Amino acid sequence: MSKSYELFIGPNHPGIPGNFSLKIELEGDTVISAKGDPGYLHRAFEKAMEGRYYIQNLALIPRICVPEPDINEAAYAMAVEDLMGVEIPERAKYIRTIVLELARAANYTFWMGGFAGTLGLYTLAQWSFGDRDYALDLFAEICGARVYHMYIWPGGVRRDLPPGWEDKLLGYVKYMKERLIDYDNIFFKNVMFKYRTKGIAVVTKEQAIEWGATGPILKAAGVAQDVRKDDPYAAYEYLDFEIPTLTDGDSWSRAMIRRWELENSLNIIEQAVKKMPKKGPVWEKMPNPLKWYVPEGETYAKVESARGEHGFYMVSDGTGKPYRVAVRGASHTHMFTIAEKVLIGQRLADVSHILVSLDVCPPEIDR
Amino acid sequence: MNIKEYEKGSFLKPLTSVKYLFKKPHTLRYPKETKPVADRFRGLHINDVDKCIGCGNCRDICPCAAITMEKASKIGRPIEIDKKGANPVRPKIDYGRCSFCALCVEMCPTGSLKMSKDLIYTSPDAEAFAWVPLEEQGREPGFIQDNEITPLMLEAQEMEELEPEVRKRSFEEMILGFSEEQARKEAMRCLGCGICMQGCPAHMKIPEYIQAIFDGDHKKSVKYMLEDNVLPGICGRICTHRCQDDCVYQYRGAPIHIMWLKRYATDQLEDYKDVNIEKMPATGKKVAIIGGGPSGLSAAYHLSTMGHSVTIFEQKNRAGGALATGIPLYRLPIYELDKEIGNIESMGVEIKTNVKVGEDVKFEDLLKEFDAVYIGIGLSYGRSINLKGEEHPDVVQAIDFLRQVKVEGRRDITKHVIVIGGGNVAMDVARTVARLQEINYQSKDTTVETVSLEDWDIMPASQEEIDGALEEGVIFNPAWGPNQVIFNEDGSIKGLEVKKVKYVFDENHRFNPAFYEDQKKIIYGDYIIESVGQMYNFSFIPKELMEQLKFTPRRKVWVDEYGETSIPGVFAGGDIVETSKGDAISAIANGHRAAIGIDRFLHGKSRRG
Repeated sequence: MSKSYELFIGPNHPGIPGNFSLKIELEGDTVISAKGDPGYLHRAFEKAMEGRYYIQNLALIPRICVPEPDINEAAYAMAVEDLMGVEIPERAKYIRTIVLELARAANYTFWMGGFAGTLGLYTLAQWSFGDRDYALDLFAEICGARVYHMYIWPGGVRRDLPPGWEDKLLGYVKYMKERLIDYDNIFFKNVMFKYRTKGIAVVTKEQAIEWGATGPILKAAGVAQDVRKDDPYAAYEYLDFEIPTLTDGDSWSRAMIRRWELENSLNIIEQAVKKMPKKGPVWEKMPNPLKWYVPEGETYAKVESARGEHGFYMVSDGTGKPYRVAVRGASHTHMFTIAEKVLIGQRLADVSHILVSLDVCPPEIDR
Repeated sequence: MNIKEYEKGSFLKPLTSVKYLFKKPHTLRYPKETKPVADRFRGLHINDVDKCIGCGNCRDICPCAAITMEKASKIGRPIEIDKKGANPVRPKIDYGRCSFCALCVEMCPTGSLKMSKDLIYTSPDAEAFAWVPLEEQGREPGFIQDNEITPLMLEAQEMEELEPEVRKRSFEEMILGFSEEQARKEAMRCLGCGICMQGCPAHMKIPEYIQAIFDGDHKKSVKYMLEDNVLPGICGRICTHRCQDDCVYQYRGAPIHIMWLKRYATDQLEDYKDVNIEKMPATGKKVAIIGGGPSGLSAAYHLSTMGHSVTIFEQKNRAGGALATGIPLYRLPIYELDKEIGNIESMGVEIKTNVKVGEDVKFEDLLKEFDAVYIGIGLSYGRSINLKGEEHPDVVQAIDFLRQVKVEGRRDITKHVIVIGGGNVAMDVARTVARLQEINYQSKDTTVETVSLEDWDIMPASQEEIDGALEEGVIFNPAWGPNQVIFNEDGSIKGLEVKKVKYVFDENHRFNPAFYEDQKKIIYGDYIIESVGQMYNFSFIPKELMEQLKFTPRRKVWVDEYGETSIPGVFAGGDIVETSKGDAISAIANGHRAAIGIDRFLHGKSRRG
């Protein structure tokens, strides 16, 4: 007679991506059920937004995603602009694209370290965290902060790029492209990586569509869907890029999609810098923040985050503060409809890397 | 990307990382090596507390409620606390709450607040993480504000006015007023900090009424105005707008047109029936008010809302004082006077015109018949400068001239006119003359020249008035003092001899003009209007009472903080008391204050019981 037992993974566990807990039931070392246990990070973002002026939320929204805060700023700004019927200047669109892609690249670099860490390869973690820091330095130069940028705001961006920043950015892109060869050698072409991840936690195409997966999970299952292509925002419609897809839908494919997307982001940055208007306004004048009455209405603005579709649903009642904001984070779906199912039958040692391969970001669940 | 290559996997490739053993690390050897900090870094704050005005906009915008306003005495260094247009408080930032978003810096209207490149601070004491940022804390500036990209709306709405050629042809009101869209946009600029309220002598609830205009609720807006100012539509046209001079937008942009917003809101209402202050039950007490000028009207309105029955004695044929007789029609049309004075009458105030106190009714009888008396007679007589030759009939006083044109319909004028004075009344005279000359002669071969002791930089008239006069063709002679009138052989005026001014104010900043006696010139003209100030006339008060009436060293009537004079039951306000700054809004404020004083007196709470 076999006996099952319960185990908590997190909230304080090196294999869990943030302040989040997972309650799993095991028989031997095989998972027989998994249940996400959120709430450790709950700061009532959505409710807090209702009590603040539109501009004040700028300090709050980046905190919904620590590794990639800019998607929140962009989606929030796009929602407000949509309600107000504002078209942002051309240069601002390109700057937003560059910032979003740089954030995506930084996020994937960060993710690589975390993923390799769960497989026991800490060298990559050291490298990638170091390389991400160079991207953070670039952010600090345009907006004054390394992590919470508060740079994209309704109407455009908060400041024009400082002189010479584009060159530094291109220098970073060149450096990262060289580093990718080393990353490949040490990790992505490493046979250990293949053995640990191939065929693990498969999400098939049908399952991915049925369960509402977006981003790398969907692409790894063979569906080329991406908000940047399907519903272009910022300057993506002027840029040329491909949506990578693989067919297996396993942990390995998801990791490879992210590796691919990282390269993609670097290419998009190069293109955008080249095509960006060299001069021009970067901000469309907005009303006095204390009397910023957004016309009555509702809207949904979405962007492609590193994890999938990230959106803000916003309702305005015509006053200076939003009536309701709902944040659609990709991780919520990925945790509760996907992770809880695909973890069943997996071994305890794989639980951490499966979670990271699904890229579950707890603040998007606790919002 | 060739996915096949990755699918194959390799045992040997990971070993290539061995080369990194021989490379330099990413990390710096802190604190020996430090990283350069970004120029726009958002670190701990810096505040120039001398430039800061304590408006509190940083506190209002802070998303984290990290900012409180600390009293001047507690900020750790002395600051100038009675600075004009400033609150004696400065921001204190709690770094346990601050999110370093820099919205406070973006919203700082003076530009005193910055963020620094420094973010390192440690202390074992939790209380030590909140402090008042100062410049002398020695932090290097990082993120600063930008006038190009700022959430503040620095630019004011343009006010449309008649072109100089058009407006000169008649006495039509020259400022056209805001449209609904313009008013809303201008009202949108207001931050609601209330610094302006200190500048306004009547301390009107400016942020509240601007907010009501922004919300499109004109009735609510005018209701707020009437609480402190019974003539809001008139003040919306002719006020000296000290509020605008204090507006926090002046430091980085253009002040809000508070005055014209007031005019816009009152213009939207045909009458103030629904917005007047609610009347209290009748008390049966009677108050007499001598003089129907702004201070008398203000006192009358507020007294009637307090339930007292009020009678105004006005010697002219209509109430309004200087508003009715002095201010030209192109600045203040008659219908606006009728509307607002009519509103005061609708509150039950009786206005007796053409009644001269001292002749038609005796002052001492008023004291007997009424429970209290308010004197708001203003400065209704022109002041002469003892100019040699001024007894000539073609040398007239500004106040008489303006009354003749506005009230008696005078339209004749000579071709060459000289105006003595550099204040707002002189501008009114010069611009009135310019209109009369256009009407009579189409401005062919005509001149109107002003002579003032003051040079351009210290001219007392407001810049708008000076600019308006220049546009209408008025010639200025600043820093010249009148010496004597020169006559032709037939006895008519040939011109005015003037001499160059050395200085107007002496070392003690007292008015004490000195001249270069050798530098003289003649300004040619055939009509001279003196506009150098006005004075009061207390001849209606009997001698024994006059002896009781106390005056201040500057020859103004002494009053206590409730407007009561040294004669019990007699109150005074307007231009005859020292707290007045010589404009309508001060007089209105005095009237309101005296109304409160009279009410206290009638309820037996007076100083002298």
